[in-house]
Amino acid sequence: MAGDEPSRRRNDRALDEDVPMPRQDPKERVKNFKEVALGYTEEMAVAEARRCLKCKSPQCQKGCPVEVPIPQFIDCIVQGRYEEGIALIKSKNALPAVCGRVCPQEQQCQMNCVRGKRGDPVNIGRLERFLADWEREHGVRVPERPAATGRRVAIIGAGPSGLTAASDLARLGHGVTLFEALHVAGGVLMYGIPEFRLPKEIVQREVEYVQSLGVDLRLGNVIGRIATIPELLEQGYDAVYIASGAGLPQWTGCPGENLGGIYSANEFLIRANLMKAYRFPETDTPLRIGKHVVVIGGGNVAMDCARISMRLGAKVCLNYRRSRNELPARREEIENAEEEGLTCNFLNAPAEFYGDEKGWVRAMRCTCMELTEPDERGRTGVRPIACSDFEMETDTVIVAIGQTPNPIIQRTTEGLRTNPRNGTIIVDEDGRTNLEGVFAGGDVATGAATVISAMGAGKRTARAIHEYLTTGPRGDRT
Amino acid sequence: MYRIVAKERLAYKHTLFTVEAPDIAAKARPGQFLIVVPKEGGERVPLSLCAYDQEAGTVSFAFHEVGRTTKELGTLQEGEGLFNVTGPLGNPSEVRRYGRVLCIGGGIMIAPALLQARALKEAGNEVITILACRSAEFLFKREEAERVSDRVLIASDDGTVGERGLDFLTDLLAKDRIDRCTVIGPVVMMKRVCELTRPFAVPTIVSLTPIMIDGMGMCGACRVTVGDRMLFGCVDGPEFDGHRTNFDELIKRQRSMLPEERLSSMLWEHKGGCACGRR
Ligand SMILES: Cc1cc2nc3c(=O)[nH]c(=O)nc-3n(C[C@H](O)[C@H](O)[C@H](O)COP(=O)(O)OP(=O)(O)OC[C@H]3O[C@@H](n4cnc5c(N)ncnc54)[C@H](O)[C@@H]3O)c2cc1C
Ligand code: FES
Repeated sequence: MAGDEPSRRRNDRALDEDVPMPRQDPKERVKNFKEVALGYTEEMAVAEARRCLKCKSPQCQKGCPVEVPIPQFIDCIVQGRYEEGIALIKSKNALPAVCGRVCPQEQQCQMNCVRGKRGDPVNIGRLERFLADWEREHGVRVPERPAATGRRVAIIGAGPSGLTAASDLARLGHGVTLFEALHVAGGVLMYGIPEFRLPKEIVQREVEYVQSLGVDLRLGNVIGRIATIPELLEQGYDAVYIASGAGLPQWTGCPGENLGGIYSANEFLIRANLMKAYRFPETDTPLRIGKHVVVIGGGNVAMDCARISMRLGAKVCLNYRRSRNELPARREEIENAEEEGLTCNFLNAPAEFYGDEKGWVRAMRCTCMELTEPDERGRTGVRPIACSDFEMETDTVIVAIGQTPNPIIQRTTEGLRTNPRNGTIIVDEDGRTNLEGVFAGGDVATGAATVISAMGAGKRTARAIHEYLTTGPRGDRT
Repeated sequence: MYRIVAKERLAYKHTLFTVEAPDIAAKARPGQFLIVVPKEGGERVPLSLCAYDQEAGTVSFAFHEVGRTTKELGTLQEGEGLFNVTGPLGNPSEVRRYGRVLCIGGGIMIAPALLQARALKEAGNEVITILACRSAEFLFKREEAERVSDRVLIASDDGTVGERGLDFLTDLLAKDRIDRCTVIGPVVMMKRVCELTRPFAVPTIVSLTPIMIDGMGMCGACRVTVGDRMLFGCVDGPEFDGHRTNFDELIKRQRSMLPEERLSSMLWEHKGGCACGRR
């Protein structure tokens, strides 16, 4: 095909725009929990794949924390070789159906895409999702198991970081036991991110894939309680990877915060997503929500809480300390939420919560804020404006102002070095902690971040663990 | 699957299960609790540990069949399985030699109180165990209490067995020097005991049962105010200094989902209270 010459295609104005993602209509979707983004059809995927310029030195790949061979898998779509395409992705990424949906591609691979200089970048995430969904419908191939090395690794936490490390280590022939505290594997993918962004069925299929590689998954095992890390090492594990995430909620500290109807984002999300309270009373765990929900915060977690609340029939107001420009949530999520009816209330912070006679929240007092010079980390500062307090009526408040690592492991592992400021575990670039044979990565080391960065850490650390198991400890560790 | 190896009826709608869970049994200590998920997709129910047997690899817990999930649990029989049991959770009780201790268990919590009584006795304390129940037909494990304590006292709300109410504690505390008191039972009862021990300055440890979901510090549903601090029932407790615990807040928080709990339980009974969908 002469028209397929890269140079011709590069200058073809018609190819500047990407193939739009079909979505559920906002008016409809705010009434259900079904997935919002419906996914490309085969024609759409091929059309989008053909926009790829097959650059000689692909910039996109440099933006991918797990080094997915992007132009190669896209070429497979153009050629209709889907099975080969998904195999290419899976050689680097064990959870493509998840990443295709929730990675912030606009800040990673797609940010570097040459097409993006003039028009829309190639929509790499949607293509990844297309192949992963195609595979799920056509039967998943399980790679052959290598010979066992006889070495055993304990991985703590079955979130994206733990699942990635587990799959990489199992594929190298090591015996992997994956300990998960909850009764379901997946971490934030199951309890945090809502069904309408990431269907739970898909996460479970990815977990099953990791199990099919020979990983022994133990649910309901809280490390630090049922066994400590020193005990795991005594039991014969040769190495431990801590991937326990950042699951400890932060609070505002304002008076009245313990009133009924005030939830941490985690409680709200665990009830709604993990325990499926949105289907209560068909399911067993309730989630009481009023008519006027206030979500405090401005990140992806806050957006998810808001969007769930709207689906449960509430009017939702997002109270954020800074202004719209500083909202840390992904643009796409803010747009989705506003389309669904979210009201944003910028530049204010909570000061006090008031309850009714039954101890349920009925109103809150807020203080107006103003922006100040950025701090040393470059984050815009804020300060309260004197005598600017105002009251708002509300019957449900969701506090979504951040999470830090759960301290159970740190408290029960003597000598493990952590950051006193936020409780994160201190590691080197390959995930080594200061303790022999003990590694850590993902949100527990970085603080709350992204699925793909947690996976990237799982991957790098799996490599370091493999090296540790095969060649022994590195001499130069401190 | 966690197999139920024994089911014991303690009293009307009061049931004790012993389940196979060797890893948990190996680490369990008095004062800790478990989270039980009866079936896939079911609720997570926190239940206090009542016994553990390292050799047999079993742990026991008792429950009062009041809500949907506990009623459903009550329909399960020996040999059947539970989807998941997580534990041991929470911090073990501080068990030292204090001298003369009062160990009070109320309602279904008589069962875990006896685990504490036994541990306190083994640590060399003189143990006075008080079994508190609604009325005579809800009294259970009296003989076991006799075996693990130096003295056993009984109290009931309606006076059908033993003392009526707990007010007799005032006389007891005035007469005998008591070095420590541990209480586990309904919140209103724990609150009352704390009011009675306060004038005598007897250190009183309460085992709190706030609403919990994960039981490992993730959700904060279990937050309680102790002194002037917000603490988590699951990871900082479940035992706290009763004289510094804000019971009124706890009572309100415990009731915050009551209408939903009632609805769920009603619907379940309406469907015949059967065990359909169970495996
Ligand atoms: C609501 C929400 C929305 C988000 N949206 C996005 C998004 O759109 N895109 C994106 O890239 N990122 C998003 N994130 C962030 C992303 O989910 C996390 O950065 C990522 O999941 C971190 O992975 P992890 O494996 O380090 O930890 P987690 O996913 O937190 O997994 C840790 C696991 O360890 C378990 N665990 C904890 N302690 C123990 C213990 N002691 N013993 C055994 N197991 C333990 C936990 O139960 C959990 O399953 C979102 C986060 C939230 C909360
Ligand atoms: S039960 Fe969730 S934090 Fe305690």
